[in-house]
Amino acid sequence: MSAFRQNVIQPIIDLWSLIVGLKVTGKCFSQKLITVHYPRETIEDEDLDTYGGHVELVGKPKDPATPKCISCMMCVTNCPSRCLKVVKAKAPKLTAEQQEALAEAKARGEKVKKPRAPKTPQKFIYDYSLCSLCATCIENCPVHSLRFSHTMYWATTSREELKLDLLARLRRQARRKPRPAAKES
Amino acid sequence: MKRQYAGTDPLAGDFYTRQFEKDRGEHTLVVNMGPQHPSTHGVLRIVIEIDGEYILRADPVLGYLHRMQEKMGEVQTWGQYIPNMGRVDYGHPLAWNWAYVGAVEKLMGIQVPERAEYIRVITCELNRLTSHLLWWGAYILDLGAFTPIMYSFDDREMLLDILQRPTASRLTYGYFRVGGVRKDLDDRCIEMIKAFIPRFRSRLPMYKDLVTDNIILRKRVEDIGIIDRDMCRRYGCSGPVLRGAGEPYDLRRCEPYSIYDRFDFEIPTEETACSAGRYLVRMAEMEQSLRIIEQAVEGLAHAEGGHIMPKAPKPSMKPPKGEAYFAVEGARGKVGVYAVSEGKKVPYRIKLRSPSYSNLHAFAEAAQGTLLADAVATLGSLDLIIPEIDR
Repeated sequence: MSAFRQNVIQPIIDLWSLIVGLKVTGKCFSQKLITVHYPRETIEDEDLDTYGGHVELVGKPKDPATPKCISCMMCVTNCPSRCLKVVKAKAPKLTAEQQEALAEAKARGEKVKKPRAPKTPQKFIYDYSLCSLCATCIENCPVHSLRFSHTMYWATTSREELKLDLLARLRRQARRKPRPAAKES
Repeated sequence: MKRQYAGTDPLAGDFYTRQFEKDRGEHTLVVNMGPQHPSTHGVLRIVIEIDGEYILRADPVLGYLHRMQEKMGEVQTWGQYIPNMGRVDYGHPLAWNWAYVGAVEKLMGIQVPERAEYIRVITCELNRLTSHLLWWGAYILDLGAFTPIMYSFDDREMLLDILQRPTASRLTYGYFRVGGVRKDLDDRCIEMIKAFIPRFRSRLPMYKDLVTDNIILRKRVEDIGIIDRDMCRRYGCSGPVLRGAGEPYDLRRCEPYSIYDRFDFEIPTEETACSAGRYLVRMAEMEQSLRIIEQAVEGLAHAEGGHIMPKAPKPSMKPPKGEAYFAVEGARGKVGVYAVSEGKKVPYRIKLRSPSYSNLHAFAEAAQGTLLADAVATLGSLDLIIPEIDR
């Protein structure tokens, strides 16, 4: 390479690459934004439909305030983060009269049916601070009673607030508006 | 008061500094780069001995992000371990998903449906693109240019929107399951992928004009941080680091797993073995990934089977006794998972082979004798993900 080319022409070619770069930025400056300026703008709701936020319960189609859950504990057993806590409902206590009637029926040799515990859980506590959003509970629920919510903009200042009572949340949701059936399978 | 150096004072510095100071020369300075240095992208610490602006020795110190990922495998059931795989490498989590799931499938002798294989290829390649885009933006940011990361995140944002549909998450995916994937790609998702490919193709020349041809970048990365073939062999480097040294070693071609033998794509290599070589290899790889996705989307239309095999194993599966090793090509290199089963619900041992770990150790040798600023250029070109190094 001659000295002239090396010292004069090459630097001009090199500098030209900077102008090409400036052209690109200039062009992009006038184009529409793809991302959003978060606190001032938020993204469309339809983009959030596929987002998997924290887990939530799905209500029965006819009774949206009660979950489909049958307290089978599959979600609790399979959860890798141990963030779910389900308390089964207890069988209703019999009054003294009912107990007597049962004992009499038993003495007569009839088949006695003790009242069973309702399948709906008594408590459904979920700790979002532990959850890894892996969807294992959703997949393993035999009645499809769990799904991802689309909550995205949720920030708290303490860990305690991240503990959710999902039953209370479901009741609140049912009061506010009837939810469509679960899309997650 | 007489000043004592860390090498002689048992209370000054920590174990690593004291060990490092033992071989210190005269009139040199020992400095720590990291663990909170912005250009190390995480909590990587490098102890450096410098003479003026030149590096005499460098020594990476690991373990600041050690999370016992391997040990966690021994206390969780086989299925419960899948979310961990999304956390090992946040850049390319689907490769780790695949490596683990592949190892378990090998143990159990499972044949994955064709459609599931296509979905795995598509999502894994899309994820490779997000990983390379993240690296590209961050690397240029390390070198002092702020704008390019904005452009790369534009495209990455669209990719994340696509990947969000089937996986329901945006960064730490736990999408693969033993026997297939969690959810099928819907029509809208395929549409989005089809729209993305031409758009991204048109963006690649823009990246080239803006950054690759830029004289400032070229002066900073060309002939910097030489990691040649011999060094790669000694340290076990893989991925773009090895391909940047001229070795066309890519697991997708060398040991074709899944259905990669059906696709027509090239393995880009560069002979220069410098930071620029690794840079160019990654840029060329993005184009090849697009080609694979294009072919896979076509193949997906008439692929047989569902997105997961019928009667897929539950999380509490019990693979038969034995051991299996499965490796896939991640964005950073060879990602391998070695699983040992004793026929119980819980694995006996899970060993993770991460590419960044091997790639990082080549840095210590490559950085010797370079300028401190060039060390940053070398470190960035290795595309390190710290959680993957420490595991």
